[in-house]
Amino acid sequence: MESILNSPLFIPLILTVVIVCCVPLVAGYLSLVERKILADFQVRLGPMRVGPHGLLQPIADALKLILKEDIIPNQSDKAIFWMAPAVSTFTALTAFSVIPFTETLHVADVNVGLLVISAMSSVGILGIVLGGWSSNSHYSLLGSLRSGAQLISYEVALAFALLSGVMMAGTLSMTGIVKAQAERQVWFAFDNFGLMLVPFVIYMIAAIAETNRAPFDLPEAESELVAGFHTEYSGLRFALFFLAEYANILVIASVAVTVFWGGWLRPFPNVSWLAWPLEVAFPLAVFAGSGILCIPLMRRLPSQPQRLFLLAVAAALVLIGLLFLIPAVNAAIVGLFWFFFKVSLIVYAMIWFRGTWPRFRYDQLMNVGWKRLIPLGMAAVMVNAVVGMLRG
Amino acid sequence: MPANFVPPSGVEYIRVLPEIILAAVATLIMVLEPLTPAPRKRALGYLALAGFAGALAGAAAAGWRTGPAFSGMLEVDGFATFFRLLVILAGLLVTLVSFPYLRREEAESGEYYALLLYSVAGQTIMVSAADLIVLFIGLEISSIASYVLAGYMRREKLANEAAAKYFLLGSFATAFLLYGIALIYGATGTTRLNGIAQVLSDPRMAPAGILTGTAVALMLVGFAFKISAAPFQVWAPDVYQGAPSPVAAFLAAGPKAAAFAVLLRVFMTAFAPLTGRWLAIMWSLSLLTMIVGNFAALLQTNIKRLLAYSSIAHAGYVLVAVTAHSEEGVQAAMFYLTVYVFMNIGAFAVVAYFSRKGERYVEIEDLAGLGVRQPVLAALFAVILLSLIGVPPTAGFLGKFYIFQAAVKADLLWLTVLGLLNSAVAAYYYLRLIVIMYMKEPGDSLLELPGMAVSTRAALWTSAAAVVVLGLFPALIR
Amino acid sequence: MNPMWIDTLFFYFFALLVLGGGVATITCKSAVHSAISLIVSMVGVAGLFLLQHAEFLFAVQIVLYIGGVMVLFLFVIMLVNLDESMQMRQFNRQWLLAVAAVIAAGVQAVWLLSKPADLPAAVPQVPGGPGNVQRVADVLFSQYLLPFEIASVLLLAAVIGSVVMAKKRL
Repeated sequence: MESILNSPLFIPLILTVVIVCCVPLVAGYLSLVERKILADFQVRLGPMRVGPHGLLQPIADALKLILKEDIIPNQSDKAIFWMAPAVSTFTALTAFSVIPFTETLHVADVNVGLLVISAMSSVGILGIVLGGWSSNSHYSLLGSLRSGAQLISYEVALAFALLSGVMMAGTLSMTGIVKAQAERQVWFAFDNFGLMLVPFVIYMIAAIAETNRAPFDLPEAESELVAGFHTEYSGLRFALFFLAEYANILVIASVAVTVFWGGWLRPFPNVSWLAWPLEVAFPLAVFAGSGILCIPLMRRLPSQPQRLFLLAVAAALVLIGLLFLIPAVNAAIVGLFWFFFKVSLIVYAMIWFRGTWPRFRYDQLMNVGWKRLIPLGMAAVMVNAVVGMLRG
Repeated sequence: MPANFVPPSGVEYIRVLPEIILAAVATLIMVLEPLTPAPRKRALGYLALAGFAGALAGAAAAGWRTGPAFSGMLEVDGFATFFRLLVILAGLLVTLVSFPYLRREEAESGEYYALLLYSVAGQTIMVSAADLIVLFIGLEISSIASYVLAGYMRREKLANEAAAKYFLLGSFATAFLLYGIALIYGATGTTRLNGIAQVLSDPRMAPAGILTGTAVALMLVGFAFKISAAPFQVWAPDVYQGAPSPVAAFLAAGPKAAAFAVLLRVFMTAFAPLTGRWLAIMWSLSLLTMIVGNFAALLQTNIKRLLAYSSIAHAGYVLVAVTAHSEEGVQAAMFYLTVYVFMNIGAFAVVAYFSRKGERYVEIEDLAGLGVRQPVLAALFAVILLSLIGVPPTAGFLGKFYIFQAAVKADLLWLTVLGLLNSAVAAYYYLRLIVIMYMKEPGDSLLELPGMAVSTRAALWTSAAAVVVLGLFPALIR
Repeated sequence: MNPMWIDTLFFYFFALLVLGGGVATITCKSAVHSAISLIVSMVGVAGLFLLQHAEFLFAVQIVLYIGGVMVLFLFVIMLVNLDESMQMRQFNRQWLLAVAAVIAAGVQAVWLLSKPADLPAAVPQVPGGPGNVQRVADVLFSQYLLPFEIASVLLLAAVIGSVVMAKKRL
C-alpha cells in the first residue's frame, strides 16, 4: 500500500480518473451556468423546473441524451461518423493532462506542455471536419468547412499570442511558465509595462473563435446552417461533441490562466501582507457568501423537498468555505481555489460576450483573423521580445 | 544562447552576397507589385534585371573571398563561383527574353520576376552547398519556383499539363533524393560532403556497402531527373512544350546547370571513394541519355519539343564528362555547360520571338523562308544551331572536343565512339531546321512578323556572340 | 515494472500504427479513408519520436502534419466529388512490383540490422541538461542557421507560387 501511494504514477492516475469523471459533470453544469447567466442578461429565469432553480437540469439533460435513439444517416460514412465525436472528446480531455492545477497537482509536466495543448486542439479540428463530412449532409459539410477554416486561421493568432508568454517564461512547460511568473512576481498579462495585455487580448479573441463561440459561432449559425457540423448527430454522439466543446472551453480558459494570469498564484503573489485576506478571507467570503445568498432564494421555491435540497447546497458551500480556515487544508487547496476562480472569471467573460455581441459575418471573421490579429500578434511578439531584452 | 556559438563574421556574409541580393530584390519586387499599376509592371522587370546584375557583382565579390561560410554549410570556391556566375547570367538573359514575351501575352506581373529571382537564388545556393541539407533546400527553392513558372500561363491547357507533370514528377524525384540523403546520413552519421567522403574512405568506419549503394542510387535518381537524363527524361518534352518559351529556355539552362554542378560536386567529392560502384551506372546513363535524346529528336515536328530532346541529348554529352571522372572531365563539363546555356537561351529566344501571341507558330515547318525575310535573325539562329551540332569554329565543337578528349584519356573509348556517332545523328535534325529556314518557300507563318524587341535582340546577340567568341578563345573561361 | 519492457511494447504498438496506416493509405478505395489512415500512420511516427525522448518533434509532428497538413488535405478531398473518383481507375495496379520492392527493402533492413558493427554508433543520450526544445534551438540557430534561414526563402517562393496559381488577374 505504502509503495503504491509513493509511486510516481499514483497522483497522475488518480487525477486522470478524476478528470475523465468530472469533466462531463462540469461541462453539464457549465451549460446550466451559461443558460442561467444568459437568462439573467435577458431578464428571464432560465431553467427552473428540474431541481431547485434548475440545479438538476444538467443531469436530466444528460440522461435524455444517453437514452435517446442513436440515429445514423443512411448514406453516411459509418466508421467515420462513429469515430469523429470520439476524436473530439479524446483530444479535449487529453489536453487536460498537461494543465497544472497547482504546483504538484498535474497529470504530467512535460517540457513541451504548451505544444501538447496546441497539438491536441489542432487534432480536435479533425473530429469536427470528419464529423461534418461523414454526415453526408450539406449543412453539416458547410458547417465543418467553416469551422475547420476558422480553427486553422485562428490557431495561428492563438499561437502568436501564446508565443509572447512563452518568451517571457523561457520555457514551454506549463508549470515552468507559472513558476516564471512567481519569480518575476507579476502575472504575465501585466508584465512589460502592460504591453503583454496585447497578446492576452489577442488570445482571448482567438480563443473564442477556437471554441466556435459567439460572436464567432458561424459554424453553428442556426439561422443558416441548422446546427452546423453536428446537425445529423443525436443521442450519445451528440453528447460527446457537446462535452468536447465545453471541455475545450475549460482548456482554453485554463491555458489563459496559466500563461497570462499566473496559474495557481494569488493576485500580488509577492505582497506578503495580502496573504491572509487573499488566501483565507477571500475564499471564505466567496464560498460562505454564495452559500448564504442561497437562503433568500429558498422562499420562491414551490415545494419542501426543493427547499431542503437548496439548504443542503448552501450548507455544503459554507462548509467548503470554512475548510479554508484550517491552515493545513488551506495550504493544499488555496492554489486550486485561485486557479478555478480565475478560470471561472474567464468562462464568465466568454458567456458575457455571447450575451452581448452579434455574430460576425464570414468575411469579417476572416479579415479579423488574418489582417488584424495575426499581424498584431507578430508585432506583439517582436515588441515584447525587444522590451523584455532591454529590461534584462 | 549556446556557449559555443560564434556569430558569422562579415566575410561570411560577403560569401553569400549573391543569394542575399537575389532574395532581397525578389522580395522587394513582391512588395512593390501591388503598388505598381498594370501598364507599368515592366519597371519590376528592370528591377529584376538590376538584381541579376547586382548578384553577378556579388558573386564576383564572393569569388574573391573564397572559403567556407556559416559553420561550413556553404563552400565558396572557384567551382561554386563559376556556376554562380553562370546561373545568374542565365537568369539575366532569360529576363531579357521575357520582356517582350510577357508584354505580348499580356501577362506581365511582379510574381514572374520574383519567382525567377528566387529560382536563381536557389541555384546559387545549390552550387555552393557543402552540406546535403543546404543542397536539398536550394534544390527545392529552385524547383518550386520553376514548377510555378512552367505553369505561369494558367489559361493555356498545355501550360497546366506542363506544370502538373513537372510538379508531380519533380516532387517524386526529390523524394528519391531526400530518401538517399537520409540513408547516407544513416550510414555515415553526417551530411557534410567532405565528412561523408572521409567516412566512406576510412576502411575502419566504412559502412555497409548495401546501404551506401542504395543511397547513392537513390540520390542519382533524384539528380538524373533534374538533369533530364534518360530514363528519367519523360517529363522534359511535355514541360518544355507547355511552358512559356522563356521559361523553357530557363529550365534547360539554370536548373540544369546547377543540377549538374551539384551532381559533379557530390559524386566527385562525397562519393569519390565509391567511384568503382557508380561509374558503370553513369556510363550507361550517359549513353542511354544521348541515344534517347538524339533519336527521339529526329521524330519531332514541334520546335520546342525538338529543343527539349536536344537538351536531353546534351545532358548525355555532359554525363560523358562526368563518367570520365577526372579533373579534365570536370573542366570539360563546366565549359560545355556554359556553352550550352548560351546556345539554348539563344535558340529559345528565337522561338519566343517567332511564335507570336499564344505561341501559334512553334512547328518546324513554320520556319520556312525565315532566311529570306529575316536574314540577320536566321543567320544568328544558324550559328547557334551549328554550335549545337558541334561544327568548328563554334564553341559547341570545342565543348564536345574537350569532353571526348577527357573521355579518351579516361579509357572510355566505346563511350567516345558512341557519343561521336550520336553527334552525327544530331546533325540531321539541326540541319533540317537550317534547310527549312533557307530552302523552303515562306508560308503564312511569316505574315505580320513584328520587329524584334531590343531586349530579345540583346539576348540573342549575346548568345550568338558568346558561342563564337568562346569557340575562338576558349581560354576565356577555361 | 520493467520500463524497458514497456518501451518495447509501445514501440511495437506505434510501429504497427505506422505500417498499418501506411498500408491502409494505399489500399483504401475512398480518399478520405486513405487520408485518415495516413493520419494514423503519422500518429505512430509521433509516438516513435516520443519513445526516443524527442518531445519537441512529437508535438511538432502532430501540430504540423496532423493539425495542419492533413486537415488541409481533408479539406481538399471533401470538396472533390468522391463518387466520381471512386469509379476512376486507380494507380495502384502494380502491387506485385510494390510487394517485391517492399520485401527487398525489408530484407535489406534486416540484413543491415543483423550486422550492427556496420552501423554508426547511436548518439549517446545526455541525461539532464537543458530540455529538448532548448537543445533543438541551440543547434538550429548556430550550426544550422543557414539552412533555417533559406528554408524561409523556400516557403516564401512557395507562397508566391500559390498566389500566382490562384489569383484572379494575371
